Amino acid sequence: MSEHLPKPEVLSNVDFSLPDKGWMDTHSDFKPGTWNYSGTRKSVAYLDEPYPRKWQPSDEDWQLPHNWKEIILEGMRDRLDKFRTFKIFMDICVRCGACADKCHYFIGSGDPKNMPVLRAELLRAVYRKEFTLAGKLMGRMAGGLDLTEDLLRDWFYYFFQCTECRRCSVFCPYGIDTAEITMMGRELLNLVGLNIDWIMTPAANCFRTGNHLGILPHGFKDSVDFAVDDVYDNTGVRVEAPVNKKGAEILFVVPSADYFADPHYYGFMGYLTLLHEIGLDYTFSAYASEGGNFGLFHSNQMMKRLNAKIYAEAKRLGVKWILGGECGHMWRVIHQYMDTMNGPADFLEEPVSPITGTKFENAKSTKMVHICEFTADLIKNGKLKLDPSRNDHVRATYHDSCNPSRGMGLLDEPRYVINSVMNNFFEMPENTIREKTFCCGSGAGLGTDENLEMRMRGGYPRANAVQHVRDKHGVNRLLCICAIDKATLAPLMEYWAPEVNVGAIHELVGNALVMKGEKPDRDADLRGEPYGNAKAKEEKKEEGGKG
Amino acid sequence: MRVIIPLVAVGALGIIGALGGYLIPGLFGVVVPYAALAVFLVGIIVNVLRWAKSPVPFRIPTTSGQQKSLPWIKQNKFDNPSTMVGLIGRMAAEVLVFRSLFKNTKMELGHDRNVTYGQEIFLWVAALAFHYSFLVIFLRHFRFFMEPVPFFSTMLAQVDGFFEITVPTVYLSGLVLLGALGYLFFRRIYYANLRYISLPADYFPLFLIMAIAVTGLSMRHLPWFKADLFVVKDLAVSIFSLSSPPVDALRNMQPMFFAHLFLVSSLIAYFPFSKLLHMPGIFMSPTRNLVNNSRVKRHINPWNPEVKTHTYEEWEDEFRDLMRDAGLPLEKDE
Repeated sequence: MSEHLPKPEVLSNVDFSLPDKGWMDTHSDFKPGTWNYSGTRKSVAYLDEPYPRKWQPSDEDWQLPHNWKEIILEGMRDRLDKFRTFKIFMDICVRCGACADKCHYFIGSGDPKNMPVLRAELLRAVYRKEFTLAGKLMGRMAGGLDLTEDLLRDWFYYFFQCTECRRCSVFCPYGIDTAEITMMGRELLNLVGLNIDWIMTPAANCFRTGNHLGILPHGFKDSVDFAVDDVYDNTGVRVEAPVNKKGAEILFVVPSADYFADPHYYGFMGYLTLLHEIGLDYTFSAYASEGGNFGLFHSNQMMKRLNAKIYAEAKRLGVKWILGGECGHMWRVIHQYMDTMNGPADFLEEPVSPITGTKFENAKSTKMVHICEFTADLIKNGKLKLDPSRNDHVRATYHDSCNPSRGMGLLDEPRYVINSVMNNFFEMPENTIREKTFCCGSGAGLGTDENLEMRMRGGYPRANAVQHVRDKHGVNRLLCICAIDKATLAPLMEYWAPEVNVGAIHELVGNALVMKGEKPDRDADLRGEPYGNAKAKEEKKEEGGKG
Repeated sequence: MRVIIPLVAVGALGIIGALGGYLIPGLFGVVVPYAALAVFLVGIIVNVLRWAKSPVPFRIPTTSGQQKSLPWIKQNKFDNPSTMVGLIGRMAAEVLVFRSLFKNTKMELGHDRNVTYGQEIFLWVAALAFHYSFLVIFLRHFRFFMEPVPFFSTMLAQVDGFFEITVPTVYLSGLVLLGALGYLFFRRIYYANLRYISLPADYFPLFLIMAIAVTGLSMRHLPWFKADLFVVKDLAVSIFSLSSPPVDALRNMQPMFFAHLFLVSSLIAYFPFSKLLHMPGIFMSPTRNLVNNSRVKRHINPWNPEVKTHTYEEWEDEFRDLMRDAGLPLEKDE
């Protein structure tokens, strides 16, 4: 944790007072801890993006191209013609305020421009001024504003203080989606070389190596082999985990953090145990070694560039269909964009589970199935031998990740899996889960160190709901199915609810899975901690001994 | 200023209408309503076409419930529709009963900095009350526009005047409309956050519709402002049937009538240039009017761009030696 980060007692004391001046006359002050470093020259240039240069948002001079205003206005015109969402969302907001207190950043920071309506008004004001008759004639009276450098700075500050989680969109009577507006805003900023490094460098890595972390093919292979060894140590079963295997039935794509970061890794071990146990003929790919897609946080073109490898690799390897791991924004891309952008996947077959024979009709065209859909089907058909009591040491709650819940509707599959592999599951309060779930506060490329204060603020609504179930039910594990969540909820919990750790659903699946040929004294979960039923078993043994 | 200027503007519009009608009844009784109606119709059509011209490149519904996946998992067919029937249900609920707004919650900070999210129903109630009373009043007015009087107009008038409190009967809708508008105005002023986000363009239509209601009610209930309903009907019927209007008779009409008519004309002419476009807009909002079937059916982006990708061949070329050393299979081993 950063030494500059204020204590939780300080941060939870949110100041909701409003500035004396109206929002049109106040501008962001770029306080340290609230913004992200700029994209490095190297990464921006590697991706052939415009105006790579050395600058920081805290600089007085942002070294904008001399015609930056024309570039942006032209970019707006272009996007208004390309996206009906953009046009309509610029026109129809009535500022009813229903979205205002739905944003985690607003709840955690009290900054009025974090009310989704005002975040969008920053863009709308320019739209009205430049593209509507009323705004051209009446200017401010009609809500129009000139695009000044001050306003551009606000764009940068607030469009990189939105995690595109879409919670506000659920409550908007017209379905205005701030994520869509933020995406447009970020595309426009990119046109004049304004972007952040936590997006640009992972995107550049991903373009070059296939994954955000920049892991090279042999490193990928090592990671997988390492996990295979760990699974062996833990279970006594040597699983197979092929990489780049041609002719496998299924290509399995996961976010790179799954095989490289903690606590994702235990979930990755869970996948390996599960897929081995059912004898699935699958392969990983060192080329498509990333399901996540930071291009989504940059522009639709970048998203397409980074996503292209998945279908390309499925085709090269000659698989029948694709399975996708636990990840949030990856699934937004796969569910809502991939087929449109890089399809049609007519070289693949309609996904059918080789174990249960279930046809995944909901993935008929895209040909990619979510691991939770896949596992839920296995459990429902009784294909897994599970001992939920092995997870009795875990008292869990479940965090719906934004993208699978509001960009897909994957709500009950994970819950079914959870309830099948453990006994102590507790939901957080109703208005903070399912489609009303709160963001981790660090999504959409904002999960880095320099904006840690803002992350802790933005994550507060989520953390507060976790605190509630921790106090009420003794919850000690926050489950989630998103790689960014796993990476960022961990420090969030450390800060707000230190007794609670974070983990994958498939980690618990791996724990509960009774494997053929597992070592008889298998007594520890994938983290190496004693099974929840260890004590009970021992007592039973002792009793048996006495008898 | 953001409140005062729209208020003054609405007042000015009322006075212009009253004075103008008194001085040039032909212009304010006939030409202005015609022009306003034309602006309204053309404006709405132009905007809808302007929206329709931009494609919907990606299928991005906001899913607010369980998706259709495995057959034994219960889908939320309306909040996450996968079929046309579900979609029509979702849209109908949005348009007719403002479903998303109904879900509204209110954040509250409790003791120990706990955040709670309680029910917030007032905005939904006021919005519904406002829109439906306005609709009822609009439909009731058909008895002025059409001969014979359409059945729904008579029927609504009977239901609406059910309580028969005074003579002439007070219509409930008029009171509900003013009450709802009053609340919608009150909340914009009272809640600091709402005051902060509100623009003149948010107050103006509120005041304008209030002024329309007040001028309308005063003609019905205040003896000094009574309008000659025969002339009103002649005028309205002539406008809607494109026949010659009763210009001479208009000279004897009350200024209050002209104020009412001019305010209504202002509202409909203002409509296509304002946030009131949310009325046609809701039907075209891509987060609500699309079924969530993007993995079932391929959706086409008409401008799907060509992009530079990093192909497998380029990738293997770059990493071949490392791959060989790690024992990874190669396409080309040279």
